Amino acid sequence: MHEFMVRVFGESIGDLLTDSFDKILIPGITQTIPLTIISFSFAMIIAVITALIQFANVPVLRKVARIYIWIMRGTPVLVQLYMVYFGLASIGISIQSPFAAAVLVFSFNEGAYCAETIRGALESVPVGQIEAGYCVGLSYLQIMFRIVLPQALRTAFPSLSNSLISMLKDTSLASSIGVAEMINATRKAIGISYEVLWLYLEVALIYLLMSTLVTWLQRVWERKLNAMMGKGIEKHA
Amino acid sequence: MLEVRNVRKQFGGLEVLKGIDLKVEKGDVVAIIGPSGSGKTTLLRCINFLEKADAGTMVFGGETFDMASIKKADIHRIRRHTGFVFQSFNLFANKTALGNVTEGLITGRELRKDAAEQIAREALTRVGMLDWADHYPSQLSGGQQQRVAIARALALSPDIIYFDEPTSALDPELIGEVLAVMRSLAESGMTMLVVTHEMSFARNVSSHVVFMDNGQVVESAPSHEFFTAPHTERTRAFLQGLTSH
Repeated sequence: MHEFMVRVFGESIGDLLTDSFDKILIPGITQTIPLTIISFSFAMIIAVITALIQFANVPVLRKVARIYIWIMRGTPVLVQLYMVYFGLASIGISIQSPFAAAVLVFSFNEGAYCAETIRGALESVPVGQIEAGYCVGLSYLQIMFRIVLPQALRTAFPSLSNSLISMLKDTSLASSIGVAEMINATRKAIGISYEVLWLYLEVALIYLLMSTLVTWLQRVWERKLNAMMGKGIEKHA
Repeated sequence: MLEVRNVRKQFGGLEVLKGIDLKVEKGDVVAIIGPSGSGKTTLLRCINFLEKADAGTMVFGGETFDMASIKKADIHRIRRHTGFVFQSFNLFANKTALGNVTEGLITGRELRKDAAEQIAREALTRVGMLDWADHYPSQLSGGQQQRVAIARALALSPDIIYFDEPTSALDPELIGEVLAVMRSLAESGMTMLVVTHEMSFARNVSSHVVFMDNGQVVESAPSHEFFTAPHTERTRAFLQGLTSH
């Protein structure tokens, strides 16, 4: 790789990019990716619960869900990160690890956006599916979890993948509360070499690589999900 | 086995059912016919509690229920003895034909998977869909989907099956296969309550005909009598309208 870099960028830039590559990529693997995967997993759980509460029109909880979504979507993630990590500490609720604080914020923030996506998808499932469920003796929750939600998640899948890619990049904001992720690593490398343009270009390329991977996974999974619902296969009659 | 009395239903001030009485004995095949907007489908949906009637009494399996204030648990209990076939099939889109039939058995009735699948395969055989057991609804024609839907109702061994215009959403060439399945069910002694526009079914398969118009039962009679010697002027006009086309 070094040889390739030197051939393309010349001796000094080639050396710089090769040296810094590991220093940026490793925090990516140990911080950015785990932060994204853990937060997104929690976000999905929060989103499904929040969406179902609204879809089922549960009194009181429905209002709580709307307020939660309103606040999360209406305020910047950066402010949420500062409030949770620095703000709570100032009133004695100290979250020691910036990584944990970031997981908390990204889970709830992304959960609010995905809840809206999933709620929309739930509403797109024909009401006849629910009626048929009742008629074969299923309970409301059984209908939700076995019939409606699987269909809604298939519908929501492209949008949710979008959110995942978006969140992968947004984790860069966690650098501002001291999570040692890729942007932090890039800044450190810049502090040594002062090669601002090249190093930010390098970290941009690493993000691009990661989101390309997610896009590819999305396509593979979509094909699998389609096969699971018999779509994309020719009709036999 | 099923009786409803004085069923009433309004939708936003519009009176759709104006006090319907209906009785179905075990083994009866009752066809509910009538012009569009006469309240046939609403009546059937009220009888299976997909709509809540504003008033009415139901006698089912010897028990009496107030249809306007019936409890969820009672609805659940009654539905264990009934099957419902929808106009638009409403097969579970995320399940195969087999999965559609086993769902109620495994999740609803808590049968073991192999026992449920055996029952489901028998039901699919009865409607001639066993070869399509692994296909998803999106891979089946309308007629095939409706036959699977009938198997889904049948598998739960109901005391009565409700059909809500089961052939109205089908292309003309697919109606025959569904009617054939329904005819064989009727001949096997299944109790059926069928909202339909298929006069051939009402005339040749059903044992009784209920003619509804404008939210009321105009005439109710054994089917041969209904078609050969209608009692009311309105029925005669309706039947005349059918043949004059």
